Amino acid sequence: MKRSKLWAWIILILGALYFLLPLVATLLFSLSIRRGTYSLDAYTNVVQAPAFQQTFTFSLVVGVATIVVGLLIVVPAAYFVRLRAPQLRPIIEFVTLLPLIIPPIILVFGYIRMYNSSSLLPLTNTALGTNILLTLAYVALALPYMYRAVDTGLRTIDVQTLTEAANILGANTLTILVRVIFPNIIVAVLSGAFLTLAIVIGEFTIASLLNRPAFGVYMQNVGANRAFEPAALAVISFVITWIAMGMIQLLARFAPKTAPRTD
Amino acid sequence: MADEFLHIENLVKSFNGNTVVKSVNLAFNKGEFVTLLGPSGCGKTTILRMVAGFERPTSGTILVEGKDISPLPPNQRKIGMVFQAYALFPNMNVEDNVGFGLKIGRVPRDEARARVEEMLKLIGLSGYGKRFPFEMSGGQQQRVALARALAPKPKMLLLDEPLSALDAKIRVSLREEIRAIQRELGITTMFVTHDQEEALSISDRIVVLNAGHVEQFGTPFEIYNRPTTRFAATFVGTLNTLAAKVIDPATKSVSIDGQIAIIPSLSSAARSGDAISLTLRPEAISLANGHARDIVLDGTVSEVAFLGAVIRLKVNLGENALHLDTFNDQHSPPPRYDEKVKITFGGSDILVLGD
Amino acid sequence: MSNNTDSAAANTATPASAGVVLSRSGVFTGVRWGDYLGVAPFLIFAVMFLVVPTLYLVVGAFIGRDGTFTFQNIVDLGTPQIVSSFWISIRISTASALLGSLFGLLIALAIIRGRLPSAIRSTVMTFSGVASNFAGIPLAFAFLSTLGRLGLITVILKTVFGFDMYKAGFNILSFWGLTITYCYFQIPLMILIIAPAIDGLKKEWNEAAATLGATPYQFWRYVGLPILWPNLLGTISLLFANAFGAIATAYALTGSSLNIVPIVLYAQIRGDVLNNPGLGAALALGMIVITAVANVIYLVIRTRAERWLK
Ligand SMILES: Nc1ncnc2c1ncn2[C@@H]1O[C@H](COP(=O)(O)OP(=O)(O)OP(=O)(O)O)[C@@H](O)[C@H]1O
Ligand SMILES: [Mg+2]
Repeated sequence: MKRSKLWAWIILILGALYFLLPLVATLLFSLSIRRGTYSLDAYTNVVQAPAFQQTFTFSLVVGVATIVVGLLIVVPAAYFVRLRAPQLRPIIEFVTLLPLIIPPIILVFGYIRMYNSSSLLPLTNTALGTNILLTLAYVALALPYMYRAVDTGLRTIDVQTLTEAANILGANTLTILVRVIFPNIIVAVLSGAFLTLAIVIGEFTIASLLNRPAFGVYMQNVGANRAFEPAALAVISFVITWIAMGMIQLLARFAPKTAPRTD
Repeated sequence: MADEFLHIENLVKSFNGNTVVKSVNLAFNKGEFVTLLGPSGCGKTTILRMVAGFERPTSGTILVEGKDISPLPPNQRKIGMVFQAYALFPNMNVEDNVGFGLKIGRVPRDEARARVEEMLKLIGLSGYGKRFPFEMSGGQQQRVALARALAPKPKMLLLDEPLSALDAKIRVSLREEIRAIQRELGITTMFVTHDQEEALSISDRIVVLNAGHVEQFGTPFEIYNRPTTRFAATFVGTLNTLAAKVIDPATKSVSIDGQIAIIPSLSSAARSGDAISLTLRPEAISLANGHARDIVLDGTVSEVAFLGAVIRLKVNLGENALHLDTFNDQHSPPPRYDEKVKITFGGSDILVLGD
Repeated sequence: MSNNTDSAAANTATPASAGVVLSRSGVFTGVRWGDYLGVAPFLIFAVMFLVVPTLYLVVGAFIGRDGTFTFQNIVDLGTPQIVSSFWISIRISTASALLGSLFGLLIALAIIRGRLPSAIRSTVMTFSGVASNFAGIPLAFAFLSTLGRLGLITVILKTVFGFDMYKAGFNILSFWGLTITYCYFQIPLMILIIAPAIDGLKKEWNEAAATLGATPYQFWRYVGLPILWPNLLGTISLLFANAFGAIATAYALTGSSLNIVPIVLYAQIRGDVLNNPGLGAALALGMIVITAVANVIYLVIRTRAERWLK
């Protein structure tokens, strides 16, 4: 009765072929820049290119900014909805679904129309303004992930009791949020942050349409002009995604109180 | 036996070297309602699932009408099964649930429809055919599950704690209903429960299981009144155990907390000074209000539990304490807490148990 | 790693509706204006960067060059170029959603119901989390390295087996090329969403069906699949929307040789290739309508399935 089933193995092996072959192919391809031998030259070329370093740093900085701004928006909202204004929950949850319903290209199209040089808030006039707009666009993309992560974190602690306890000790709301609530949901928040980073760091559509020197745009350029370096970039990206997801898994292990994730 | 239906011989089941069913031997007669009774984890479900074909016995045989059924997969055993959590198919309405086995068995449509109607009538749910499981109460769902199991006319019915998810009232009425339907159809039934009252009230015979082996197999009357093992006696009903010391085997006198009593059934092998234990059902003991039986002891009431028709008293004799049941008599109130009482019981009420 | 919005869909689609903390002490009865202050940044952000930009385009789709209300932009969507771009987008999204669901379902069934060693299940789930987020530009590179003209598989097939895929009509820059590539994130997404649903299939349903005489095939035909059906349908529409809005992979893979809607829109935003700003907005409206319909189907079916399976 307890034997593995043959069909299950067959499907698993076919699936493994489909998912692993491109990875193997990409890896081998990235190593074959020199005819007849494997070498890491494609990686050296990529990593040493100033454009790689600049765009990667740029995207990393935007990613971190996205996380910070996102948390500033999401944590108070999630906290108040959970504690004092549950009647707002349906609205908030609907809003967190919007970025999934509206494709990013639509969002950025709307931004370009709304925040252009002739508008009330001409963000696209300056480089700084556009960077801010890019960050805010990424906050919008990451909203569902962040809200969900923070809300999960809040659900696993007794927000109400913690708040009341701190209140009795004389803490005000800001102190409670920063000193009591946040440290208790830090693990959940960090997994949301890593997921956000994984999404943002190679993002192409929005960065490209806002003309930002982002990593995704750089990758697309390399892809259009080189043969082996794109494969190296794909391998690097895949490793980054693995690291981000691995961190989330690791964090989940450190937080036994956190509800199990589906991924 | 001529009408023997199910025969289980030396049945053993181990999970990863851990033996949970240890050489079980049982024989059921045709049309009999047999209950497997035992504490949690004693292997009741495992035995049932081996009969159904969901677990493969480590060794031993299961014969149905003389034929070894071990080569048959569950879907060819023609055994109906009712689960604790109903397990109705949520995507089908009541009719389709009940008719499922008929559809699989390629019963002609009209015949199937008539059979479903008949089954719904049997369980008292005519007119509920179009309802979905999530629109019904637990008790109704379990009746539908019973109808579903019975519709294809199985040779045998297996029920694994079918009542334990229901509340107390429904549990009692549904068990009577199950028993009535079983009688009407004359189907051989194996019923699993850990509730002794349930087992005693509906079974033709009871198998008392403990840690994977059969302690006793007999009618409810035999199991309750003549338990053959200490486990059977303590698991079924309440049992008082009194520690006593033999004074003189010749006169069969013992001392219970310093009070002398004559025990006619005292084993002749007992020697003076031996520590022995005496076991008694609460209902065998009564308050000695004028009428005394073989043995009379003095004690102090330490608990009075009013259970309705019966009042259960706890009486301290010193080191020993025992429970006794008296009928509620509205004209004479029961003794009060801390009151001194005399209790009495017959020598033949003492159960002699092997361990 | 890009504009792939999928596993969030998997996550947020089961909103944390449980456990709403209601005020239980007298301290917090009623909502004070101060409470809205905490939610305000979130709502202001949502209005300014989600709702209004979208509405701006929706309204823009009905404004002509002269600034007056018109249906002309919508009518202009009827040009052969735009119609064919919608058509190819819908075909690719449908195909990748169907194939992704089918294979995702099979793999999920294999790891949950196939009695495989338990380590396999967690490995597959973790990998799915990664792969469903591995989309965009790098994914295109990976498939070019695999199935492109110089890709590993293409070359091996040609040199070792003497089979030239490209001569046989395959092209990575085509409907099938893009569909196969999209499956790389569609299948894992399906696995992530459907695995909990398969877990929800009770073992007793199998056993009940078996005692009633059903073979495993009959169990799936009459019980298993019908129970999963709402979830499957819902997930298919989610995958559809997911593929329909995606652009980065297609852009890096095919440049502009395959004119799916997002690529046409991208070109329009960059350089007004349609020579009509209102038409761009109309194109956007078309995309919004299609993805919104798919997502609404997903949410509606999902809610109904949850009630039904209680
Ligand atoms: N598939 C299994 N693998 C390993 N051990 C098992 C398995 N099924 C049952 N057991 C073990 O076998 C023993 C008997 O289990 P079984 O389910 O038969 O008990 P039960 O008498 O039905 O108890 P309950 O009244 O709680 O239902 C238990 O100790 C249980 O842990
Ligand atoms: Mg059991």
